[in-house]
Amino acid sequence: MQDFAAVRSEMGEFWNIRSGLEESVKGFFSAPPEADVVLESLIPEKDFNTAGKGSAEVKNLLKRLGVDPEVLRRVAVAAYEAEINVAAHSRGGMMDSYIHSDLIHVVFRDKGPGIADIAQAMVPGFSTADDMVREMGFGAGLGLPNIQKNADALHITSSAGGSTVLEFLIYFANNER
Amino acid sequence: MYLKDIVTILEGETLIPSADLAVEVPCAFASDLISDILMCTKEPTLLLTGLTNNQVIRLADMIDIVGIIFVRGKRPLDEIVEMARERKLPLICTKMTMYRSSGLLFNAGLRSCKI
Repeated sequence: MQDFAAVRSEMGEFWNIRSGLEESVKGFFSAPPEADVVLESLIPEKDFNTAGKGSAEVKNLLKRLGVDPEVLRRVAVAAYEAEINVAAHSRGGMMDSYIHSDLIHVVFRDKGPGIADIAQAMVPGFSTADDMVREMGFGAGLGLPNIQKNADALHITSSAGGSTVLEFLIYFANNER
Repeated sequence: MYLKDIVTILEGETLIPSADLAVEVPCAFASDLISDILMCTKEPTLLLTGLTNNQVIRLADMIDIVGIIFVRGKRPLDEIVEMARERKLPLICTKMTMYRSSGLLFNAGLRSCKI
């Protein structure tokens, strides 16, 4: 198992795991199996023409694979919110989707400037979005809470001045209560 | 309620003439905040909004939107209309405000979406 304690001392870290899934999520992250399909998508800084395409592509692929429509919706919403976050708040980044037989693992890595206080960023309504982003209809401060609500597991590591990695897991069996 | 009834009630203009207005609309949601729309739409939903950018159309790739009403006379650019056409997403403009549009549709029996 990775030593998350060591990471925590240098960086801000956030975990949220849906109740009842702790063991399977820990099992996954301690020894991530090889994915059946990997999709990569570039997220350029402040490019709202491109933002969302990666999420739509992932949703369409999962739809073809026969994933439950409600699970599809949760994957699409979580991925889209995360994609918008990278476009709106970072210097750009990548979205990598790892599709397994029973779940999807999506990882967003950006080029900074990092989240100074992750706990504060998780508070519904807190936002650092600029005017341009707000005019598009974003910046409600609900992006991260919306990802947390839809994902079975959410993990964020970041530090002020550094890059942010946000990853989530969603199982294809519908676990939402 | 059908989309064609909604066009009549809102004295709306259909931006995509080929769009199918014989679509049944089970419920509606009104907002200018993308995250609110994403959080509250879990079933086929009519969206009333003042946003006219491409991300409003992109939303229909993520969640089940049966049509978009642009309120208070706002009109999307041609390229945005084209994005909707590709997705077979009906777009309707009304001069009415968000409040009046929502009130009229609610009174006509269109329920709000389950959140």
